[in-house]
Amino acid sequence: MIKIENLTKSYGDLEAVKQVSFNVEPGEVLGFLGPNGAGKSTTMKMIAGFLSPTQGRISVCGHDVESDSMAARKIIGYLPEGAPAYGEMTTAAFLRFIGELRGMSASNLEARITEVVRQLNLSKVLEQPIDTLSKGFKRRVGLAQAILHDPLVLILDEPTDGLDPNQKQEVRSLIQGMSKDKIIIISTHILEEVHAVCNRAIIISGGVVLADATPDELEARSRYHQAVTLVSPGAEDIASKLKGLADVSKVEVEGNQVTAFPKSGKQIFSQISTLITQHAWQVSEVQLERGRLDEVFRTITMKGGRS
Amino acid sequence: MSIINTLVRRELSSYFATPVAYVFIVIFLILSAAFTFQLGYFFERGQADLKPFFDFHPWLYLFLIPAVSMRLWAEERHTGSIELLLTLPVTLWQAVIGKFLAAWLFIGVALLLTFPIWITVNYLGDPDNGVIVASYLGSWLMGGGFLAIGSCVSAATRSQVVAFIISICLCLTMLLAGHRLVLDFFAAGLPQWLVDTVASISFLTHFESISKGVVDFRDLLFFGLLIGLFLYATTVVIEMKKAD
Repeated sequence: MIKIENLTKSYGDLEAVKQVSFNVEPGEVLGFLGPNGAGKSTTMKMIAGFLSPTQGRISVCGHDVESDSMAARKIIGYLPEGAPAYGEMTTAAFLRFIGELRGMSASNLEARITEVVRQLNLSKVLEQPIDTLSKGFKRRVGLAQAILHDPLVLILDEPTDGLDPNQKQEVRSLIQGMSKDKIIIISTHILEEVHAVCNRAIIISGGVVLADATPDELEARSRYHQAVTLVSPGAEDIASKLKGLADVSKVEVEGNQVTAFPKSGKQIFSQISTLITQHAWQVSEVQLERGRLDEVFRTITMKGGRS
Repeated sequence: MSIINTLVRRELSSYFATPVAYVFIVIFLILSAAFTFQLGYFFERGQADLKPFFDFHPWLYLFLIPAVSMRLWAEERHTGSIELLLTLPVTLWQAVIGKFLAAWLFIGVALLLTFPIWITVNYLGDPDNGVIVASYLGSWLMGGGFLAIGSCVSAATRSQVVAFIISICLCLTMLLAGHRLVLDFFAAGLPQWLVDTVASISFLTHFESISKGVVDFRDLLFFGLLIGLFLYATTVVIEMKKAD
């Protein structure tokens, strides 16, 4: 497991990460969310052992990343931001180089290369210099080097950046497939990704952890949580009727779309669907909202930014 | 050891995967031949030795070695691969030494490829081959000194051009440390022992004494210490500038 205690990183007067503490257990896929410059990458760089913390401690499976750095690095696979690689090397030579530095035996290395090349669909570009590859392939080569030694801990800084929707999906299912016994930390800007792969999310802004919860819990914080949205030509008329319901706190109309918000802790979906049948409203769409992560994200990070 | 070996092999193969290696070797060979025969009056002197060949090495290295060393760390920082390299189970020392050794071996290869001039002088006359071997050794050691300085400068910047220019200036200072130009600059207001110290780090003095065929332990120690010192400085600079 990863233990992070009171982690602080300052650059001169600027504190990029302030007193961050959290633990991550095997089986957890932790999504690291936050605006640009929030301290996500800095935190990940410190866990991976690239930067030294100004204060605080990080231990990875019992190995302190400062004092027992080599042991910690051996069990970590790391994809730095932008997936840097040695551009003049071919994909195959690059993976072999990484494996040799990781001290993998020749036979194990060949077997693992075959495996990650299959997992990430790299067979077409094995003999091509990395500089000549598309952004999506470069990112996948970066991922391949991170998972090459089948590490216990995976730290991926924006693993799906620059991938097309199909490739994003493939990478997400790859991460999910590996998540059973590993600790995975990914940072991302894409909120739908949090739902797709993470079972825990930390929102960080201004170097401070503002929220630490499951994606479902985060969605429950949204004002849209359990709200009902209808699409109908008679939106105004429907809105006035919905306002009469005891459990509805507020109704918003936008064009031909009506959203009714429940009072806290109340369920309004069944009442509304009864009304629809009773009044025979012409409704083309009814939706029970789970909560909008982007709205939660904005609320949390804007509040954190102001304080 | 196998880690350094892996690093050296990767670096060397990357030199030869790009035109850098070929351009360097060709230019080094052409310039060293041109200087030897045109400016050094190799034939006109009528002496069977390689003095005119080796005399120009410090000046060739002054421009050519910063061209090799400038990419050592500046490129890693520019592409971000330094973050990958230094989060692998590789110590900073292994990385610094691996990169330096690869560049030094590469200079050694370029130097060995000047062998036709050695054959020429042996064909034409009866030179003292011991002196020639010592000169080659001295030249390679001096090249290592330039490289270590360049490695340190390269670690301080992500711009290869800046690394190139600053390396040339530093190397020129080291080269001419015994010369009036540099000494006058230091002489103003500094105690005599310090001026003498500056004078004693001149590359030219140490190289000339080796290339006379006198392999003095102190000259070897000088280049060895200098390389060690600047490689240590490289690790310090990398550690300091990591966050940028």
